[in-house]
Amino acid sequence: MAYKTIVEDNIDILVAGAGLGGTGAAFEARYWGKDKKIVIAEKANIDRSGAVAQGLYAINCYMGTRFGENNPEDHVRYARIDLMGMVREDLLFDMARHVDSAVHQFEEWGMPVMRNPKTGAYLREGRWQIMIHGESYKPLVAEAAKKSADKVYNRICVTHLLMDDGKENRVAGAVGFNVRTGDYHVFKSKAVVVGAGGASNIFKPRSVGEGAGRVWYAPWSSGSAYGLMIGAGAKMTQMENRIVLARFKDGYGPVGAYFLHLKTYTQNCDGEEYESKWFPALEKMVGKAYLDTEASHVSHRPIPTCLRNHAFIHEVNSGKGPIHMVTMEAFQDPHLEEIGWHNFLGMTVGQAVLWAATDVNPKYENPELTTSEPYVMGSHATGCGAWCSGPEDISPDEYFWGYNRMTTVEGLFGAGDAVGGTPHAFSSGSFTEGRLAAKAACAYIDDGKAEGIRVSQEQIDRRREEIYKPMEHYKVYRNEIVAGSVNPNYINPRQGLDRLQKLMDEYAGGVTVSYMTNEKLLHIGLKKMKTLEEDLEKVAAENIHELLRAWELKHRHLASEAVIHHTLFREETRWPGYYYRGDHMKVDDENWHVLTVSRRDPQTGEYTMEKAPLYHLVGDIEDKALAELKATEGK
Amino acid sequence: MPTFVYMTRCDGCGHCVDICPSDIMHIDPTLRRAYNIEPNMCWECYSCVKACPHHAIDVRGYADFAPLGHSVRAIRDEEKGVIAWRIKSRNGETDLNLLAPITTKPWGKHIPQLADAPAPSQEMRNSQLLYNEPKYIRMDDGDIHTLESNGLHMEKGVYY
Repeated sequence: MAYKTIVEDNIDILVAGAGLGGTGAAFEARYWGKDKKIVIAEKANIDRSGAVAQGLYAINCYMGTRFGENNPEDHVRYARIDLMGMVREDLLFDMARHVDSAVHQFEEWGMPVMRNPKTGAYLREGRWQIMIHGESYKPLVAEAAKKSADKVYNRICVTHLLMDDGKENRVAGAVGFNVRTGDYHVFKSKAVVVGAGGASNIFKPRSVGEGAGRVWYAPWSSGSAYGLMIGAGAKMTQMENRIVLARFKDGYGPVGAYFLHLKTYTQNCDGEEYESKWFPALEKMVGKAYLDTEASHVSHRPIPTCLRNHAFIHEVNSGKGPIHMVTMEAFQDPHLEEIGWHNFLGMTVGQAVLWAATDVNPKYENPELTTSEPYVMGSHATGCGAWCSGPEDISPDEYFWGYNRMTTVEGLFGAGDAVGGTPHAFSSGSFTEGRLAAKAACAYIDDGKAEGIRVSQEQIDRRREEIYKPMEHYKVYRNEIVAGSVNPNYINPRQGLDRLQKLMDEYAGGVTVSYMTNEKLLHIGLKKMKTLEEDLEKVAAENIHELLRAWELKHRHLASEAVIHHTLFREETRWPGYYYRGDHMKVDDENWHVLTVSRRDPQTGEYTMEKAPLYHLVGDIEDKALAELKATEGK
Repeated sequence: MPTFVYMTRCDGCGHCVDICPSDIMHIDPTLRRAYNIEPNMCWECYSCVKACPHHAIDVRGYADFAPLGHSVRAIRDEEKGVIAWRIKSRNGETDLNLLAPITTKPWGKHIPQLADAPAPSQEMRNSQLLYNEPKYIRMDDGDIHTLESNGLHMEKGVYY
């Protein structure tokens, strides 16, 4: 093929994927590496890429430490409770102690952050959430990243990481192709920060046509964070911990501001509160340590997101659907009504479009909610991602190997969705993780850890051939048929995606089976995954755009395979409401109070699974709540 | 709702092609105008709608669940620092005009050029601090939070 090979050499820090994590990394890297060569490779246009492309109406991770609101450990406790204990508390504490620095700088740069007129502090939506007019959140952080970077390559789909041919298990850059010109791009770099995204569209969506685009997480979030790192042999953690969202039906518009700020609430078709009736049985499933409704009531301990989903799913399955969001009270206040609409326009315009199309006026009608198909990501109420080192002043030995946010591959760092065990980072926490990774990557280079990297021509040529194979395949077999998309020798990327979604849905706990799976189903799933992998060698791309879709599919496939292996390994139902292991329907702390860690051998494709210990750094109940409890007991 | 392009307004300038995060706004080779090549990969993020200098791009709700006859339009003005929205429902009963700020300062002028910032000391490199810290991360003027400063320790096992 006539595509050029373009080599960018002598890079110090390559940022692969510039969403919130990647922009944070590029921005910060310049401070610690004044003379370093910093390069960004981004699949779309950095001004509107990643999950925050359309903006945000809230920043969901802000401590407010300087206003005396929360300390970092309070957030660790919250995230741990929400994730049923399964988090990396060292990484979470580290993120939380830095995150306010990012948020206040956003405001300095020009982000409209709403303030509480009485206190002067940021206007709270909830305990961790503040309200912003964030339509231009992404262009703003992109500007910061562009100021720091030597070069920004837009429209580069990074397909693989490059590995050092001199030293085993050390990263050496990345390769990919330009989505516009088709050219082959080689980035030789001493360190790589993966800021690529988590995965939408790996489980069959509820929608059946065009609406497949209206996924909760962006359709361009192709699991590339996982595809790239798994492909390089990095260890992954908590990949079973997919997330299901309770959201406005079809549009998947956000509910956070509705619950927290507008004080709306949910009810079943008969107008009844339904959650509490499911909790006694659920308490037996998960144990009092994870759900104690009485204690929660007194101590304001939050009910985990997955358990609230559980009540929702069971209420609907018992014939009491639909579940409604009661907006008719709050929306009588014109100010709150306006906030309700702004909330959608700021981050999920599609929900406003849907309400306009279906004549929903939330002042006079309570809109329907639904539970979504599962998503695999690591920055919302879920913590999929790579097994990364923590910071030296916090992490125990099992969590520490030299550089903060470095994966088990030397010189390969992660931020945002790429880092496992760090839920509730959201946009600001992801940006912060990027900053932490960048500082550590600079130290890694300054310490001489990236000396003598060698990339063979053989590796560069082999990847080139691999990247364009779907187009070659198309050319060879296209003319065997008259026309159309049915060909005995290939499938196109859309057909491959449909197959992946169907099998993940049916065997790994998707929406059509009410999130249920078991050992037998997962084994069948793995088998089908293997044949799909073989067929993906025969995926055909008619043009460069389809080549992009082909590689997104391959990344989604690698992420999905890890999800099945992890789900199979953890023999318990840790997160009822996210998924159920029908053969192990309870939380099993005796055997599974651990993090799951996997590695896929890049040569053989074989998986090895192991358990890693959980370290906890803070008590279950906050000092404030504990004091209140004791006072109540005394009475 | 996937985007579509009005034939008479589009002049094929390609702003939408340049900005679309999903790579689905392409120029039709015959008509030399933009169109959405893959509606089921459209997130309705409005990036192209906001970028179009001719307001030639609009959105029609996803066919599998959104009835026809609605409109949500946006005009984003970087100079004034605002975005204006108009929402019209199918039955015409909802007709809302909403305005929101997108920035509080002239575009990009207040983002520091870190290459020109004073270089960090060795002491700062060895610490846990990031650029501009400890500003904003504490209530007092103290240093960064650590396990020691907050009276915490890490314990292995089931119990918190």
